[in-house]
Amino acid sequence: MTSKNAPSASATSSPASEKSGLAYHLRRIWYLGQDVVLPVATFIALLILWEFCVKTFDIPVYLLPAPSVIYEETASEWSIVWGHTVATLITVLLGFGLSILISLPLGFALTSSRHVSNAIYPLLVLTQSIPKVALAPILVIAMGANELPRVAVTFLVAFFPLVIAIATGLLSVPADLIELSRSYKTNRVQELLRIRIPYAIPFIFSGLKAAIALAVVGAVVGEFVTSDRGLGYLIQTSTAFFRMPLAFGAMVLLSIMGIVLFQLVGIAERVFFPWSSSKQVFAS
Amino acid sequence: MPGRATTPSTEAQRVTSINITNASKVFESWDGEEIVALEDISLDIKENEFVSLVGPSGCGKSTMLRLLAGLILPTGGAVEIDGTPVKEPRKDTGIVFQQATLLPWKTILDNVLFPLSVMKEMKPDSEQIARDLLILAGLGGFEKKYPDELSGGMQQRAAICRALVHDPEILLMDEPFGALDALTREEMSLELLRIWTERPKTIVFVTHSITEAVLMSDRVVVMSARPGRIMEIIDVPIDRPRTFEVEASNDFQKCAQRIRYLITGK
Ligand SMILES: Nc1ncnc2c1ncn2[C@@H]1O[C@H](COP(=O)(O)OP(=O)(O)OP(=O)(O)O)[C@@H](O)[C@H]1O
Ligand SMILES: [Mg+2]
Repeated sequence: MTSKNAPSASATSSPASEKSGLAYHLRRIWYLGQDVVLPVATFIALLILWEFCVKTFDIPVYLLPAPSVIYEETASEWSIVWGHTVATLITVLLGFGLSILISLPLGFALTSSRHVSNAIYPLLVLTQSIPKVALAPILVIAMGANELPRVAVTFLVAFFPLVIAIATGLLSVPADLIELSRSYKTNRVQELLRIRIPYAIPFIFSGLKAAIALAVVGAVVGEFVTSDRGLGYLIQTSTAFFRMPLAFGAMVLLSIMGIVLFQLVGIAERVFFPWSSSKQVFAS
Repeated sequence: MPGRATTPSTEAQRVTSINITNASKVFESWDGEEIVALEDISLDIKENEFVSLVGPSGCGKSTMLRLLAGLILPTGGAVEIDGTPVKEPRKDTGIVFQQATLLPWKTILDNVLFPLSVMKEMKPDSEQIARDLLILAGLGGFEKKYPDELSGGMQQRAAICRALVHDPEILLMDEPFGALDALTREEMSLELLRIWTERPKTIVFVTHSITEAVLMSDRVVVMSARPGRIMEIIDVPIDRPRTFEVEASNDFQKCAQRIRYLITGK
């Protein structure tokens, strides 16, 4: 395909004359600030408040360690902590990958016909009504004390919103578009690949974002039940020895992991499917 | 249809006549109530004829096009193209839907090329054909834009290009100019007539504009609602090529008045 593009039509609609003025730069900084500076500033303010309260009210370290203490203790054991972080990350990614692998065909099956949907939908809901914490020890007996039960718990926690998002997306294709594709004699596979899946992409990414956040939760649940590695395991062992700063450090790392993975999914959406994320309309 | 001689269509001689015989279409609504969208429709359309459908909202114009497109089947009677019943969509039909129905994840150019790519009929010159069509429709320079970057009228014009890209023998158009302003609309209708003269095809054209119908058509089918029926078929005895000057002619006025009378009763 030749890439003769049309610069004539791509002029931006923003007032071009103001682009160099001070006001323009200030406004840009303000917009940037709303996205980055504002949350960061709030976070730092909270940390300072936390540190201040712990110091002034002399809160004992087993109740609530100060941020500085958390940082020092975690940094001093960094090589060990890093090993646990990688172990958890692997469980999260395996569980997340498994969720995708299973949710996609499941989503297609759910939307392929009313009968299939009626047959498997109740089963799906059933898997969600079982408390995963209760299921985990059973899985350990069945699958052995290895990575497998942790990945299984992660999958069970994460896959459900993904399946629902995929099915919802595939079913919300407007009848018009389906008629358009049928009028060009598409078969069902083509209809799925060329109309339904592209249309469902924004839905699927919503599901992926929910799934990755839940996968972190699932991995920790798995580690609580059976593990000799991972941040969940680290939290358990450190609390057992009243090493609260280390437990807090592991918790912070878990949330950082969750945030980074979530953002990565969002970035993947923007990079590979720019039309999907460009259509977000906020309420205000 | 016993007794009808079926003419085998050959590549050299494109015979594309449409025969609708006592066709009806009954929809069933959620509560089991029956909606008679079309009742006892009989209409024969000759090869390369330009026929317009006019009538009040809900009289079944879109339903008729979807029958011709093979997207739905008649509940009674027969719809035939070249003597064979229409049971499914045909490759040689192009459709412009009432809504633009562009794929939001494809550029305008890829949208126009969609029929060829999905029917695996992409050829080396296909892209040039699509670009030329877009220029013709006044969309030159917008090839790489996405549909939501275009206005409603521009989207509709892109949809017209998409219906023309595989040079279909039958073109079904459901209010294709509905979203256009009056000036663009006139321009586009003359452009469509020009394309039709250059590459003759059978066109069935739904419109709410009586003058548009008379200006463009060989015959105008006036329909009535509930149930959808054909009231009258009006021949337009005006020579071609036509321009807007024919609107002043006596024949034009007579046709337009007759149609207006049938629809509004005045
Ligand atoms: N899929 C469907 N299910 C049930 N009823 C339908 C369906 N499609 C059309 N109808 C009914 O058939 C009748 C004719 O509809 P149609 O869309 O063909 O009208 P139209 O002439 O195209 O109207 P308009 O000018 O407003 O587009 C309407 O009463 C409509 O409610
Ligand atoms: Mg209609």
